[in-house]
Parts: sequence; structure tokens; C-alpha cells
Amino acid sequence: MKARVTVTLKPGVLDPQGAAIAQALHALGFAGVQGARQGKLIELDLDGDDPAQARAQVTAMCEKLLANTVIETYAVEIV
Amino acid sequence: MNLALKAAVVVFPGANCDRDLACALKAAGAQVSMVWHKDTDLPAGLDLVALPGGFSFGDYLRCGAIAARAPVMRAVADFAARGGHVLGICNGFQVLVETGLLPGALMRNAGLKFVCRAVALEVGGESAFTRSYARGARIRLPVAHHDGCYIAPPETLAALRDEDRVAFRYAQGDNPNGSMDAIAGVLSANRRVLGMMPHPERAADPALGNTDGAALFSGLAGLALTAPC
Repeated sequence: MKARVTVTLKPGVLDPQGAAIAQALHALGFAGVQGARQGKLIELDLDGDDPAQARAQVTAMCEKLLANTVIETYAVEIV
Repeated sequence: MNLALKAAVVVFPGANCDRDLACALKAAGAQVSMVWHKDTDLPAGLDLVALPGGFSFGDYLRCGAIAARAPVMRAVADFAARGGHVLGICNGFQVLVETGLLPGALMRNAGLKFVCRAVALEVGGESAFTRSYARGARIRLPVAHHDGCYIAPPETLAALRDEDRVAFRYAQGDNPNGSMDAIAGVLSANRRVLGMMPHPERAADPALGNTDGAALFSGLAGLALTAPC
């Protein structure tokens, strides 16, 4: 079983890397880009075949390590 | 009675300021032991635990995130809970915010560049770490980091101000990383845990061309007179 965790900065937290990406896209002529936020994707290979249990476990992993909940939020997808 | 400060410096894989930190503490008269990150206990009778700068665990995931979950950090958190003094410099500061021993977070520098230069700082925040400086003293210390932009929610920033917990602030016009309120170093609520991005251990010996950091370590030597935690 696999889990996909997306970690992103909370709204309102300054994201200079996202701002630099938006700026670079503007420079390439993509004028329609209103903003960019950069996050990270973590893929996990898991034992077991119970999606509910896997989700609970991965959520605990996010709270304990994968995300810094002071500044980040996360989304868990079981695939 | 032994009047030397008993300090432990925690060594994480990828730390690179651990020996400099030990040198600066020894120069201030401390007895220093090095503690490996996999250790589950700290030496008995410590006055101070110091977390060094560097790139623990390659800065993977987030700076300080993996080190903050190292076995030794449970013992460090217990030591802090007993009222022990803990100093985290640069990556050590990042480890302290990741463990929750200090509020806020340290993010990528606003200018997105690694900054390595001396900065002007103002000393504040009554504590064992700052007691050898005059209040409001202007000092210069080197910074060398990519992720030193201090951020915290408005209510936390207000508490840090109101409780005089900003131990070091970048001087006006010399904020190298975009830190909120120009915060370079913060104290815990009990004033015994300090995290700071600048490197006092790199400015504590005349041979290094700057001794502005030495007073931090000499101030800590006074902790030897108090009961160990």
C-alpha cells in the first residue's frame, strides 16, 4: 500500500521560493500567474492493506515528523 | 565543591560547529563533554546542554527536523523541563524550534541566499546567556545560514516582546534573512533555553578577530554556582 503526503505552507506564511518561482514564470511570459506556493511531496510504501489504518498511521507521522504544523499543513492520500 | 560549569555539547551527524562550541565553553572555564545523538542519557550534574551549528542530517526534510527526533533530544527536553539551561546556535536553534522547546519556526532566508557575514546585533532579554552584556549593547557576530528567517504568529511575537524574551535582535538595517521583528535569538518562557542564529563561538577568541561572543560564555560560567539540573 502506498501513501502520498503533500506538505504545504499555511496560507499567509511568507514563501520566498514560491515568490521567486512566480517571478521566473512572469519573466518567461506566463503573465497569468497570480502567485506560486512551493511545497513537498512524500511517498510512503506501507505494510498492511487497511486504508483507514494506514491513513491514521500516516496522519500520526505527519504530526510527529513529516510536517512542522507551526508553519505547514498536510494532506494524506492513500493510493 | 567544583566551581567549573559542567556543559555537554550534543554531536549530530553533519554538525560542524560542535568542537568550536566546546572550545569556547572551555575557554570560559567549563568542563565539556561531547554527547552523541544516539545516547539516551545526558551526563549527571550538568549545568548546560549546548546544541551546535551545522547541517545535522544534511538538513533533510526541514533544517533540524530529524535531529529534533534523535534519541538524545528526549533527554534534553527532560533536562529543560527540570529547569536546565539549553543553548542552541544556528542549526541548534533550528533543532530547538523543531522540538517545540522554543516557539516559532525558521524558514528559508527572505533573499533565498546563504548569508555568511558579520551582522550588528542588539542585546536584550535578561538571562544567564546575556548577563555579561550591558543591556542594549551593540555587538557584532558572524551569521552563516540559509534558513534563518524567524517567523511566529502575531500573538507569539507580542509575548516575546512583552516578556523581554528577544535575547538578540538584528540592528536596524542589518536583518540578513527577513526575520520578523528582526529576531536573531529568543528565550523560552522560563528564560533558560536560548536559540540564536548568530555564532558567538566563532567570535570568542582574539585569534578570530572578534571577541564579542565571549561574554555569552563567560556569563554562563556563573551557572556553576547554582544547583545542577
